[in-house]
Amino acid sequence: MIKTVDLKKTFTGRGQTVYAVDGVSVNVSSGEVVVIIGPSGSGKSTFLRCLNGLETLTDGHILVDGIDLADRKTDLNKVRREVGMVFQQFNLFPHKKVIENIVLAQMTVRKRNRPEAEAKARELLKKVGISEKEQEYPSRLSGGQQQRVAIARALAMDPKIMLFDEPTSALDPEMVGEVLDVMKNLAREGMTMVVVTHEMGFAREVADRVLFMDQGKLVEEGTPEHFFTEPREDRTKLFLKQVL
Amino acid sequence: MNSSSKNIWSWRLLTFVILFLIASSLWIATKKIDYTWRWNRIPQYFFYHAEIFENIPFDGRVLSIKTTGDVSTVVLVSEGGEKETVRVEPKNLRVSTDEDLFEGDSIGSNREWKAGPLTMGLLMTLWLSAAASFFGLIIGLVTGLCRVSKNPTLRSLSVLYIEVIRGTPLLVQIFIFYFFLGTVLDISRNVAGISALAIFAGAYVAEIIRAGIQSIPKGQSEAARSLGMSATQNMVHIVMPQALKRVLPPLAGQFISLVKDSSLVSVIAITDLTKSGREVITSTFATFEIWFTVALLYLLLTSVLSQLIAWVERRLAVSD
Repeated sequence: MIKTVDLKKTFTGRGQTVYAVDGVSVNVSSGEVVVIIGPSGSGKSTFLRCLNGLETLTDGHILVDGIDLADRKTDLNKVRREVGMVFQQFNLFPHKKVIENIVLAQMTVRKRNRPEAEAKARELLKKVGISEKEQEYPSRLSGGQQQRVAIARALAMDPKIMLFDEPTSALDPEMVGEVLDVMKNLAREGMTMVVVTHEMGFAREVADRVLFMDQGKLVEEGTPEHFFTEPREDRTKLFLKQVL
Repeated sequence: MNSSSKNIWSWRLLTFVILFLIASSLWIATKKIDYTWRWNRIPQYFFYHAEIFENIPFDGRVLSIKTTGDVSTVVLVSEGGEKETVRVEPKNLRVSTDEDLFEGDSIGSNREWKAGPLTMGLLMTLWLSAAASFFGLIIGLVTGLCRVSKNPTLRSLSVLYIEVIRGTPLLVQIFIFYFFLGTVLDISRNVAGISALAIFAGAYVAEIIRAGIQSIPKGQSEAARSLGMSATQNMVHIVMPQALKRVLPPLAGQFISLVKDSSLVSVIAITDLTKSGREVITSTFATFEIWFTVALLYLLLTSVLSQLIAWVERRLAVSD
């Protein structure tokens, strides 16, 4: 589904070059849930943002469903509608009601008509458990509710892959659960997911594979059992000792 | 009554005392120079009762006169048998039945309310500012978008435009538009005036729009793009609606400025409010009264405008 080959992303500023992602090769197959963990500044978010072209890659290749993002002829908008993304800061559109947040892209990008788009929006709101809020503006919702709307908004495009960029990091602790539940359901339904998170519990329970990144490099990857019980690398052991 | 509200009242009293002192010192000052205030002469320059004379269009005579209520209906007949009906006010009737008349003789008159120069000037200022605001907003929107565009040519052209316009006086721009462009392109003074104002305002609106666009968090665009929306769709549906809402207060300030700056077009002989005021002064010598009146009229226009924008702002605040 997603394949990256020697992916590199560098940022240049004030004469310094930072290797945010430094030669990462990963293969995510259909229906797989991949969780990326690592210390902050390890490049995991940048890596995720490269996967739907929000960051332009410096070198290497990303193949999403067979289409190479590094190819200049690729229409990124077409790729992006197949790749949903959920952000740490929700990024709901504050000037639009909840239902309009979900309807808008369906109509402008997928060219669905309004009744069809609204029906889809209501169905998804029900799925994430906030049907009653459809006529509210995002500012009236709690963080957890906003994030669930954001998930519904991404799902409305019928994406083949969902990317989650620390979806629970900006939430109050008591709201983390409701968002994780929605994500667990999605995983159970067979959605292909790449999740950057600090929720080790989620990684353990849901992930098919865990990737550990540090300083832009993929340090270790493996199944959760292997990863949390017998990590190979010293860097991984140190990290796990600090977070668990 | 508690102490804090007592306090507020004493401050209000002080405000009034200060205002009263300013007003009375102005009054005393004008007394000293023996200025006779003639406020009673001002209203006629807003509206006046004009007398309109009705004339006979041919040589002939009066066939009949019928007076019913406020209207006298006069039927005229020419030597060739041509008939003409004229209505005038009974008290201004100047002919009687069977009277012989020559072409152009007065039959009587009607009185009618007409707008005076100050009203016409006010309407002209209103029309100039409305047209210039409209075009200025469009120019500003386009330039503002070019200013944040990825295309280097669009960006530098818009920067050049903004810098040139902001760096030169509006009065000079108006002269250039009227004398240079007006001559070269053969445009009328009104078009020259409106264009000069619109292009002047456009440069400021462009900077306001740019600031608005740049104040929208990057996450909004990222969310829109991640849903597969194109750059244009993102601009139209996500960024611009939020940016416009944010820049409404500075835009209001800009348009209020524009109303006031429109007084400068009087130098190219457009009869706006300021020029009408000057014209009325030449016939009345009521210099003080007219300028105060003109100032009040500008104040009226700008405060209506700011109320209007405040109302729009409240309407848009529902999603906050």
